[in-house]
Amino acid sequence: MTQSALTSTGEPHARPQGWQGITADWSSDQRAFKNVPWGKAMMWIFLLSDTFIFTCFLLSYMTVRISSTVPWPNPSEIFALEIGGESIPLILIAIMTFILISSSGTMAMAVNFGYRHDRVKSAVLMLVTAAFGATFVGMQAFEWTKLIMEEGIRPWGNPFGAAQFGSSFFMITGFHGFHVSVGVVFLIITARKVWRGDYDRNVRGFFTSRKGNYEAVEIMGLYWHFVDLVWVFIFAVFYLW
Amino acid sequence: MAQSEGQKVEGQQHPIGIYFKIWGLLFVLSTFSYLVDYFHIHSYLRWSLILIFMVLKAGLIVAVFMHMMWERLALMYAILLPPLLVLLFVAIMVFESDYTFFTRGIFFAAGS
Repeated sequence: MTQSALTSTGEPHARPQGWQGITADWSSDQRAFKNVPWGKAMMWIFLLSDTFIFTCFLLSYMTVRISSTVPWPNPSEIFALEIGGESIPLILIAIMTFILISSSGTMAMAVNFGYRHDRVKSAVLMLVTAAFGATFVGMQAFEWTKLIMEEGIRPWGNPFGAAQFGSSFFMITGFHGFHVSVGVVFLIITARKVWRGDYDRNVRGFFTSRKGNYEAVEIMGLYWHFVDLVWVFIFAVFYLW
Repeated sequence: MAQSEGQKVEGQQHPIGIYFKIWGLLFVLSTFSYLVDYFHIHSYLRWSLILIFMVLKAGLIVAVFMHMMWERLALMYAILLPPLLVLLFVAIMVFESDYTFFTRGIFFAAGS
């Protein structure tokens, strides 16, 4: 009932579960990921490699921060925003976090409606996701401008303490912002395809010349949730530390 | 899950309610981690709270939004095990940077 295989492998028997399932899936010269289409498996592997890239960034940040003998600038004060004459710590970052989480929610539902072949809802939800993403990048641009213009933070130094603060900050948030921007572009492309019904009419893609299906929406979703996932870690170790 | 009238249902298909629940949970957890900073909680309590909320949020996103909890174990292990091994890398770098801090302390205290 709940076992809805995406691709028929011509296997009538139920596959073993648990550890036996792992050995059975990986052995005997066959595809390892049974009910996962190749596109999704490749997206997972890409995300795994991307995880390592972000890991390297966050680890190098952690290393310079622990080994610094100069006091580290306090993110809680630097990212505070004056609202109504009162300084609220990290408020912009908190709003950005909520925006990204909301975009993940709308994306999850876009995937759901995509598999139900509800084209309009799926496309609209993806465009909402893209709008949230664009808002996030916009707020990040505002944050960068404030940091560079008003607080004088540079990659090679800043008035608050350890010089590595700027380089870590611009590197990590910049790379993440770039991921969000790329995601927004691909969300719009996928939403357009869904809207036109490319996946129902077997239209070939303009780049790969392959016929797509609604798995493309889920693959897009995987990437988008990953961007949200990375932000969870950046928020915790960069802004809250 | 019941197949809705005549429509072909394929792939990862789950009731929409679960996404709303996880969405709400993520909002609550984010608020909590923000409040940790807002109320200036410090030292080990701050660290454990931040890390707990971080891991819970990451887990919910991967398990439900990215549908990992419904995938077969072979994919789960292939994708989730390598990042877990990174924790060893983290431990090595903490050790290394503590040592760097220690030697810098000696070097700078000696007045170079």
